[in-house]
Amino acid sequence: MAITTVPGTTRQPGRPEPPYPSSRRRTSLGRKVRDNLTGHTFLIGALVCFAVFSWYPMVRGIVMSFQRTRRGETTWVGWDNYTRIIDDPSFWTAWKNTFYFTFLALVLGYAVPFFVAILLNEFRHARGYLRILVYLPVMLPPASALFLFKFYAYDPSEAGLFNAILAALHLPTSEWMQSPGMTMPAMVLASTWMNMGSAVLIYLAALQNIPGELYEAAELDGAGIWRRIRHVTIPQTRLILALLAMMQIVATMQLFIEPLILANGAGTGDSATSVAYLIYQHGFFQNDLNGAAALGVIMLIVLAGFSAVYVRLTAKQD
Amino acid sequence: MSVPQYRKAAAIALVAGLGLSLTACSTKSDDAAKDASGKVTITVDCQPVGAQKELLKNWNDDVVEFQKQNPNIVIKSVSVGEQCNNPPDFTARLAGGTVTDVFYGYMTDLQQVLDSGQAMDITEYVNKDTIPTWDSVDPALKGVFTDGGKLYAVPVKNYSMGLVYNKVLFQRAGLDVNNPPKTWAEVRAAAKKISALGNGIAGYSEYSAGNTGGWHFTSLLYSQGGQVLTEDGKKADFNNAMGKQVLQNLKDMRYGDNSMGSRQLLQWGDLLTNAGAGKVGMFIGAPDATQAIVSQFQGKFQDWAMGPLPGQDGAAKATLGGGEGYFFKKGLTPEQVKAGLKWIAYQKLTPGKGQFDYVRAKPQNYPVGLPQPLLFANGSDAQKKEVELRKANANVDTANFAIFEANPVPIKGEPRNAQAIYAVLDAAMSGVLTNPNANIDALLKTAEEKVNQLLATAS
Repeated sequence: MAITTVPGTTRQPGRPEPPYPSSRRRTSLGRKVRDNLTGHTFLIGALVCFAVFSWYPMVRGIVMSFQRTRRGETTWVGWDNYTRIIDDPSFWTAWKNTFYFTFLALVLGYAVPFFVAILLNEFRHARGYLRILVYLPVMLPPASALFLFKFYAYDPSEAGLFNAILAALHLPTSEWMQSPGMTMPAMVLASTWMNMGSAVLIYLAALQNIPGELYEAAELDGAGIWRRIRHVTIPQTRLILALLAMMQIVATMQLFIEPLILANGAGTGDSATSVAYLIYQHGFFQNDLNGAAALGVIMLIVLAGFSAVYVRLTAKQD
Repeated sequence: MSVPQYRKAAAIALVAGLGLSLTACSTKSDDAAKDASGKVTITVDCQPVGAQKELLKNWNDDVVEFQKQNPNIVIKSVSVGEQCNNPPDFTARLAGGTVTDVFYGYMTDLQQVLDSGQAMDITEYVNKDTIPTWDSVDPALKGVFTDGGKLYAVPVKNYSMGLVYNKVLFQRAGLDVNNPPKTWAEVRAAAKKISALGNGIAGYSEYSAGNTGGWHFTSLLYSQGGQVLTEDGKKADFNNAMGKQVLQNLKDMRYGDNSMGSRQLLQWGDLLTNAGAGKVGMFIGAPDATQAIVSQFQGKFQDWAMGPLPGQDGAAKATLGGGEGYFFKKGLTPEQVKAGLKWIAYQKLTPGKGQFDYVRAKPQNYPVGLPQPLLFANGSDAQKKEVELRKANANVDTANFAIFEANPVPIKGEPRNAQAIYAVLDAAMSGVLTNPNANIDALLKTAEEKVNQLLATAS
């Protein structure tokens, strides 16, 4: 809530004094701009970049979703592209796949880094080396990492890395990306391995901010490791946990490169088709840029919903 | 607040630099179509990339020679990487309006190019004066690029599909290299024998991703006498006994006989990589597939031969034909169109020049002797000359393609909106090749619904 010095209004009790004298707050816009010339100049650069590369394409995409272009002629078609895209037999499959991937990514990709961070935090020696080891996969270009999985780990023959391990353990082997039931878990596994390092570092930073006295007090009360995690670690890191969960949802719902590389697109049938991949397929394989734009807008609305929750959580943390 | 001068200067320099770089990003050409000296400039894509040293040298030599013969024309070559054989790249350039003045497209791309509004009607410009061999070009190929009686592109390459097979694996499996399978039952029997060699060898290999699955489904359907779309092009026409038979053949080989290898969801390069490594006994493809196996995937020409496309019970009823051509961007001046046509005539449609310069290609080990491109009509002057030159300079064993050439199968063109339809049909192909319990009826029904929907959208 803004603090005002307009005569006749009263300052709320307990609020601090404004940082500047009231006369300064009434300066003209031109004066304000002049006072902060350097900042504004840098801001213009950023704004131009955002406008050209983010906002304009977004607005253009929304406009295109209500148009259709045939023979170079563009006409307004209202909601036609939306109804058509929703009638696409792959539409609900793509959403189902995307939500399934997001759910698995939350279970695996969200929980695993947290526990890895706790483990790393417990180590007194070689912590630096272990951090590097955990972070290394993040430094690999995603395409390279995924090709490693595609050709070596997920090779459906017995020569594949995972199948060789399973065979050595006398467990049944899998066809991995070729098996419709394994497509999503296999993609989450690869994605978790690739992206875990960044989340682990954030969790580690949060864990190291927890006052040591809380653990000492818990230990004095006889708490074991699980009770310490439950009653100290999780409550102390709950905001970071919530924020990362939201970021994880927003990021994983944009699933694209994994199906593209690991499953050569749609995978078996439509088992790997994500919403982002369906947009790509409509736009670049089916010559239907308007349908792709409509689907993009639908995705934007869904992600905006999650982002709104994220913004609320961030505000709470501030 | 006082702002140090150097910070102001840095900020202004940053903004100015950003503005300049954005200006530099602008795609608008600043080349005038005709300069003060009266020279006409045209931009042309698909210049070979730097890694293709000999092809690039040949291209550049052609440009120099052409400009010497036509001092009023300037050819600006553009290398666009994958754009010339990658549908998504092509779509992006088309949608972004960044195609060159004369631009490459598949025979399947006409509808898409027309929808984008970027193609020019070149009917009035194309004749014997601009392209001396024009009367020899197969009328069917001209038809592919014609819409509503108007011509939108010049065909420069054509192919048809057959059965490509590995002679070495045939011999090792005790099969007759001079008698390739003629029916799908024979393909199945041969595939079983080849896969029995073990060591990860697939008797028969097939695509199912990146549009290539749908492309091959179409060819296999044609071999049965089927068609992808109804005659009026308004509805899907593959959800029937012939479509089912195509998928059933593959499912039987994949899961009944285990003769198709374990790795599926293959795209163009995946299958050819396996072929180059000697792990594939048979696949369907055009003659230039052998060229790719050799030039890109470390295979050997002498290992590969071709037979006609197999049919279900006898000879195939038809085979898929396709190819490529060059479109002209809307808004070119008549001089630019004529200059572009002259260049295409020189580089693509003159026996002994450009792509038909077999004397130059022979010592470079660029394959000469493959039965394509099938550009000129049978018996035409240009065809006779081209075949004569090809035979005189052959550096691959033409006997390997003799059975294919001696048993021609009627060529059937690609359906309207082919790339979009192929993308849909990939799912049916991947379904039977990766799921032993795949329901063929359901796969075809879903694909039919999708294709009907996209046809309704496109109309």
